[in-house]
Amino acid sequence: MNNTAENAIQQNMPRPGTAAADSGAPASSPKTADIAVRVDNFNAWYGEKHALKNISLNVPACRVTALIGPSGCGKSTLLRWINRMNDTIPGARAEGTLSVHGIDVFSPDTDVVELRRRVGIVFQKPNPFPKSIFENVAFGARLHLKLSRSELHGLVEWALKRAALWEEVRDRLHHSALSLSGGQQQRLCIARAIAVGPEVLLMDEPCSALDPKSTAAIEDLIWDLSEQYTIVIVTHNMQQASRVSDITAFMYLGELLEVGETDQVFQNPAHPQTRDYITGRFG
Amino acid sequence: MIALCVTDMNELKPKTTLDMPLSPESRVRGRAVRRFRRGIEWLILALLGSSTGITLLVTAAIIMVLGVETVLFFRQEEVSVGEFFFSLQWNPLLGGEKHFGIWPLLTGTLMISVIGLAVAVPMGLITAIYLSEYAHPKIRAVLKPALELLAGIPTVVYGFFALAFITPLLKWFHEGFNSYNALSAGIAVGILIIPIVSSIAEDAMRAVPNALREGVYGLGGTRFDAAVKVVFPAALSGIVAAVLLAMARAVGETMVVALASGSTPRLAYDPRLETQTMTGFMVQMAMGDVSNFGVEYYSLYAVAATLFVMTFSLTLLGAWVRRRYQEKYE
Repeated sequence: MNNTAENAIQQNMPRPGTAAADSGAPASSPKTADIAVRVDNFNAWYGEKHALKNISLNVPACRVTALIGPSGCGKSTLLRWINRMNDTIPGARAEGTLSVHGIDVFSPDTDVVELRRRVGIVFQKPNPFPKSIFENVAFGARLHLKLSRSELHGLVEWALKRAALWEEVRDRLHHSALSLSGGQQQRLCIARAIAVGPEVLLMDEPCSALDPKSTAAIEDLIWDLSEQYTIVIVTHNMQQASRVSDITAFMYLGELLEVGETDQVFQNPAHPQTRDYITGRFG
Repeated sequence: MIALCVTDMNELKPKTTLDMPLSPESRVRGRAVRRFRRGIEWLILALLGSSTGITLLVTAAIIMVLGVETVLFFRQEEVSVGEFFFSLQWNPLLGGEKHFGIWPLLTGTLMISVIGLAVAVPMGLITAIYLSEYAHPKIRAVLKPALELLAGIPTVVYGFFALAFITPLLKWFHEGFNSYNALSAGIAVGILIIPIVSSIAEDAMRAVPNALREGVYGLGGTRFDAAVKVVFPAALSGIVAAVLLAMARAVGETMVVALASGSTPRLAYDPRLETQTMTGFMVQMAMGDVSNFGVEYYSLYAVAATLFVMTFSLTLLGAWVRRRYQEKYE
């Protein structure tokens, strides 16, 4: 069942774009070393505040990249520029290069709607729509795809299975999503995000509002998803970063101080600030 | 350990007081001040309570008068409860035979209210969506008070506007319109209640958390998707309440219909013709040269009671919908 549903989705999800986008798609072999998100000399401001200073970062495809750093260091800002969520914030602006699978995020030709379909986002606090569980997952699909009833059901089931939520909600798909627990709501939000067929998933402290058990469930899920999706996660939790991520980037006061393989950054940080932060001496 | 802490605390207490640079008489003065303030507090409570009590009392008195006079109306020989609710004729004044069937007035009221809602609901909701979801904060800061200004215009002005502007316009479009007609009054009532719809609906939509809008944007939804597919349904209870309150206002609107819709009660659905509403009839009765004791005079109270029951239930229903179907967010 899972397989057929997945195939149906593959057929129904055209992936327009460049060759890079095609190779980054879930269909390709896992853990390729392609660059999914390329950030180069990137600066961002909120009004007068210089929030990001000359950030350069390559996010590899089908890996988990963790952004860590003390509060206000700009990690969420960077994350939210990748799919231009910051467009809606008055006074927010950015300069420099930011591309997702070769597509310039800031080019006037870039369709923000299409960008956000390809770069999904999961927020800090679970934000299910006040609709049924089914309608939540189907929401994005209804926006972008013209699906028959059975295709839509297949897609919803696939996404819920992918988000490890199916077994818990299969009997109450038409109950309100607000009846779910916080951890379930967050997995629902992940299901909702992957149902539109993104290649990159942005996660902005996805576990900070959850209890330890739900956190563990989400972390397992992140690890599973990273076989097919490029994941960028902002986290305040050092253990979490070391558990789930392949790459860790340390940010401090709007600058990117250090980036590398997670093991290396945690065991042998190059920068003294990084060492102080991950050992809990500040932050 | 805990007991030790407690003793420490107790020993500390008088010590701190003694250390304070205060004379003994200042503490006596403090007691007097505290007593005085307690007295003031009591006085304020009495004042507030009695104000509220008076308001309630006045309301109760009004309802009682309505009830008593309505009973007196039905005690009259010429009328019966059955006639009032089931007869289709209303002519308490003209001719020898008087008829007291509420339906002509009721349908007139409903027709004008429905026309009003047909104007106000689309306009009001579109305005609410624009103000809540699209308008730049600076534009909203100007537009919202301007809309609320609309609610502050005396209704007699709307009545005059209907008579002097809308009616000629309608007549210009179509010759069949009477000088007094239901459509003209209905449109004016509609304009009058737009601010009620737009203001309450906008409040309801603005109360929807921003996280839900971000959720839509994050899925590749547009502002329109967010407004129509998530914010609007999430705010539906408030929006329904807004429409019900607007309807209560339309049903009770008096000046516009008294001026623009004429004074011929009729059981007809032609908006081009003269129509009398319940409120219109009451104005006519209260202003006219009817004696203060006849059956036609008492009929005024029966109509008023009917109107009260209608607007009261609409208001209650609106409040209930609002509470019952409100989405709960943390």
